[in-house]
Parts: sequence; structure tokens; C-alpha cells
Amino acid sequence: MRAVSWHGKEDIRVETFPDPQIVNPRDAIVKVSLTAICGSDLHLYTGRIPTMQAGDILGHEFMGEVVAVGHDVTNLKIGDRVVVPFTIACGGCYFCKHDLWSLCDNSNPNAWMVEKLYGHSPSGLFGYSHMLGGYAGGQAEYVRVPFADVGPITVPEGLSDEQVLFLSDIFPTGYMAAENCQIREGDTVAVWGCGPVGLFAIWSAYKLGAGKVIAIDRFPERLKLAREYCKAKTLNYEEVDVFTMLQELTGGRGPDSCIDAVGSEAHGTTLDAWYDLAAEKLMLETDRGHVLRQVIHSCRKGGTISIPGVYGGFLDKVPIGAAFGKGLQLRMGQTHVHRYLPRLLEFIREGELDPSFLITHRSSLEQAADMYRIFEQKQNECIKVVLRT
Amino acid sequence: MKTGLMESTCVSSQSKGQCPLSQNVANSERVLSLLGGGSLLLMGLKRGSVAGLLGIAAGASLLYRGWTGHCHLYEGLGINTADLHRGRPGVPAQQGSRVNCALHVNRDRQELYDFWRHLENLPQIMQHLQSVTVIDDKRSKWIARAPFDKTLEWEAEIITDKPGEVIAWQSLPGSQVETAGSVHFKVSSTGDGTELAISIKYNPPGGRIVTQIAHLLGQDLQAELNQDLREFKQLLEAGEIATNAIAPEEGQTHKPVMTSLKVEKA
Repeated sequence: MRAVSWHGKEDIRVETFPDPQIVNPRDAIVKVSLTAICGSDLHLYTGRIPTMQAGDILGHEFMGEVVAVGHDVTNLKIGDRVVVPFTIACGGCYFCKHDLWSLCDNSNPNAWMVEKLYGHSPSGLFGYSHMLGGYAGGQAEYVRVPFADVGPITVPEGLSDEQVLFLSDIFPTGYMAAENCQIREGDTVAVWGCGPVGLFAIWSAYKLGAGKVIAIDRFPERLKLAREYCKAKTLNYEEVDVFTMLQELTGGRGPDSCIDAVGSEAHGTTLDAWYDLAAEKLMLETDRGHVLRQVIHSCRKGGTISIPGVYGGFLDKVPIGAAFGKGLQLRMGQTHVHRYLPRLLEFIREGELDPSFLITHRSSLEQAADMYRIFEQKQNECIKVVLRT
Repeated sequence: MKTGLMESTCVSSQSKGQCPLSQNVANSERVLSLLGGGSLLLMGLKRGSVAGLLGIAAGASLLYRGWTGHCHLYEGLGINTADLHRGRPGVPAQQGSRVNCALHVNRDRQELYDFWRHLENLPQIMQHLQSVTVIDDKRSKWIARAPFDKTLEWEAEIITDKPGEVIAWQSLPGSQVETAGSVHFKVSSTGDGTELAISIKYNPPGGRIVTQIAHLLGQDLQAELNQDLREFKQLLEAGEIATNAIAPEEGQTHKPVMTSLKVEKA
């Protein structure tokens, strides 16, 4: 089969690999019809995530047709069209039983690696480093899907691939980000980053009762989508002082909840953003914390901070004093995709949202290397890339 | 972790008035000293450099240690390994190496206890064990894999057995390996599943030196036990062992289905 593989920093290739086979009784093999490049794939592209190996198959947003099932998979049959959650979960451990699927105890065969770094291991992920499982990813013609009896969701007729693909990650991720805000009717929510996760978070915040959502970015095309499609008030941080504007828009109180949908590769225009760049170059920090600092600074007292943006390692100069002094709550983590799938599929079915609104680039798997470059450099107003196999 | 058995075993005897050349090195260690010393001496003689001279010196002192059974360093440190392996059950305090592991398994306490109490099951989950044969209600014969494709054997007896709560065992006098172990079962405070606390202590012939050598050879008991128990948990909670393989390994044999504990799918 053909698949997209990682060979080092900014070195993406499309190569031929052996087709995957059923290994365990709860496996399925999915023939991928549509896959996407995620913003978090760019962390791999820029070489920021440790324990990647040359030849690793990338991709964790994918869907397709079931072509084989292990003998313990009884809920899927060959020919079913499914979307696969990017988090791999067993369904039987303490965490799965408590609806905390991305913290599954049993799906990371390399748990010992990440335990050294984090103390405990989160669930395995498709195509996202060896410390998170070393699973071959979904930017491929075929994928072996473990625990297929609890993960993949069957897509009803009448919905296109593009409408449902983002159930695999970014739609649930944006939705969980908004849910983590514990929104009360009429609340003001500020969202840093108007990439796909940020856009879904804006939509979800309104869905969960927010009265006003303020979106912050620097790319005009992203701000335009946030404003026109998701009905957010938008701020371009290269043009205005974000903190001042947020206070003006909230009567000096600050937003009730703040969402950091940027994560570890934050850009900024302030002094601390340059500090982060320097510290990173000197290998003094692994993640750039500019956005998170501004989020903590801007949030109202007693407010909630929700972090769907990915952080992998260590963050320097986090204003924990401000977070403490203002009595903030911080909520974060990988998305419990399994928890949200039925609910979000229903929204799509009822026509409340067509998630394909943010696709800007449609290409083929063979063009993956170019598309990674275009996405990373935000060329051609790139917001979301999908790849057909 | 409380095991309750290590503490009750003998403390190595330091009380015999030792004359300067009395034996304080175990026989197995003496053999190793003779072998190691001999090869160091030969290597040193061949080289002839400063490093060679050091090798000769170190080799000679090891030979002396092996030949006389007396180690001045041990004397200085108050260590005596000569009296070990001489007919005492379990593992003396301060000897050998201990590995611990705690884990939560989303299964019933009694079910897990029953599995462990059936000692013959243990080689199914512990890769360093080759077999356990039950002799009678208390005693059993254990065979473990050792470095260089060797095996080690010992007889053990169950010294504590509280159904559903704890099982503890220790090797019997005259064993090749002194070992002791225990497993405690506790209903999780949240009521779902069981917390297991496992502690195993080994004092292999050759003492700590052999443990270190085994470690260098990649046989790290703690890491091995962690992985074994992780897979045990996966089998019970997920029904299979997670793998990122994209094809079954050549001649892959699935771990045998556990006999006394039915593996249920989640």
C-alpha cells in the first residue's frame, strides 16, 4: 500500500509499505477513503515530538471502509463505512469505564516510555510517535485499527466523507474544549487560535450556551471564517492589544472562560514570545508558552481555562502565581473522542453543522509532502487539508 | 510495601569472632572471583601497560579473595556472604534484590486471588519463570530462566495465605536461589476492581554481582515484572495484549489463555 511517512524534520515522503493484517481478535482493517492533516501533525513535521522514527506512517484523522475484522469484532461487518477515533481505547479499564477514553490504561504498547516522562501513560494514538504507541497512522491506503469493537462509528447513508471525517479528532476536540469551559448561559468565551479546533470550539461554545465568543488569530482568512461562519467577534493580535480589547469587551472583568487552541507552537508579538523562541533555540524549553500566559493573564477571576492545544514537554515561565491569585481552573487533555461521537454525529445528521466548511485544500495522498509544506507555511490561506487515497 | 516475611527471616550473622582470614565470601562468589581474577591477571600480563599493571593487581587480589574466601573490603564494610545459602528459608534481610509493582485491575478480588493461588498459573504471566509445579498444599517447585540460557531451581512454600487478601511464599533451605514473594489484594477504595501489590525478592547464587551482570545483559527484573503485569492487566481488561504490529509475527503464538481465570472481553 501507499502511505505517508516521516523521515525527520520537514522530511515527509510517500512510500510503499506492506498492507496491514489482523493481528489481535479485536482488530479491524480499514481501507481509507479520506484522511486529513491535523495541526498537531505539524508538531511532528517540525520535529517537536520525541520518539519518532524514520519510516513511521503518519496520520490520525481518517475514515474508510471495513475490509477485515478479527473474530471478536461483532459490531462491524465488512463493507461498513466508519470514522475512527484518533485515540485508541480498550473499553475495559478503569479509565474507559469512567468515560475517560484518551487515558486508557491498555492501548499503549510502549507505555513504559511515556511513563518515564509523564509518570503514567495516556492512551495510544494513531501515527503519533513511539512513546504514544508507535501505531501506523491513517495517511495510508489501509490501517490496522485495534479495539475496533469500541472505537469506530458507522456512518449513516446520505452523509459525505467530508461531512463526517472530522469526527475522528478536531470536531470532538473543539467540542470538548468548549465543554471544559463549564459555560453558563450568556457567558463570554475567548478562543485563541482560529484553526480547525478553534473554529469548532467557537461553534460548540455557542451551542453550549455562550452569549459571546471572541476569537483571536493573525491570519485574515481564519478570522473571516470565525466571524462569518461561526459568528465570533474577532481580534487580530498583530493589530490590537489583546488584553486591553478583551477587558473592553467584558466590562473590565475578562472573559469567563478562555480556550488555548494553539498549543506548543505559539506565535506572538510581545517580549515573552521572543523569550520563548530564544529559550527554545537554546533547548531550555520544549514548548512555547506565549498564548497560555496571555490566556491566564486575560481570564476573569474564578474563570476557567481550557487547553485543547497540544503541549508535549516542558513549559517555561508559566504565571502560576496569576492563575492561583485569580482562582482559575485549568482543564486540558487529549480528547475523549469515544464519548462525543454519537452526540456530534447527530448534530451533523440534523444539519446543525456541516464540518466540511473549513476545508480549503483537497488533494491526493501522493501529494502529501507538498500539502504538509503548504499547511505549515500557511500558504494559499490554508486552513484544512484533506487527502483522498 | 509490607510483606511481613522478609523482616522475620534471619539476619546474616556477624557475631562469630572472625579471625582475619576467616571465610566471609560465599563459595559461589569465590568461584567467580577466581575466574574473574584469573582472566584479569592474564589480560594484564598480555598488555604490559599501566592499565595492564592495574589489571594484574586487581586480578591478583581477586584470586586471593577467591582462594582464601576472605575479602578485606567485605570485612571493612561488615559484610559476610559466606553464611548465606546454608540452609535458611527465604532471603536474609539486606541481601538480594527486591522488585515491587502495584497495579489496578478492573476485576473481582477473589477471582484474582484464585488465579494467583494456583501457582502453576504464574509462568503464564511472568516471563522469567519457566514452570511452577505444585508438590502439596504448601510446597511447590519453581524453575526460572537465568542468564546464558541457564535455569535455576528452587522449592518454595506458602507461608501466608489469607484467601482473597494475601499470598506469601519463600524458598526452602537448600535451594539454588533464595527467594521470597508476596501478593496483596485489596478492593479498590472506589469499589471498582482490585489493587494488587506484588513484591518479589531474589538472592541468586553469586549475590549482587550476578544481579548486576544480569542487569548488564538486559535482564532487568523490575522492568520485566512491570511489563509482565502490564500484559496480565491487558489480558484481563482488554482480552488481548496491545501491539502496534501490522502483521502477526512469524510463528506467533498467542499467550495461552489463562486456565483458571476466564478472560472476558470488555
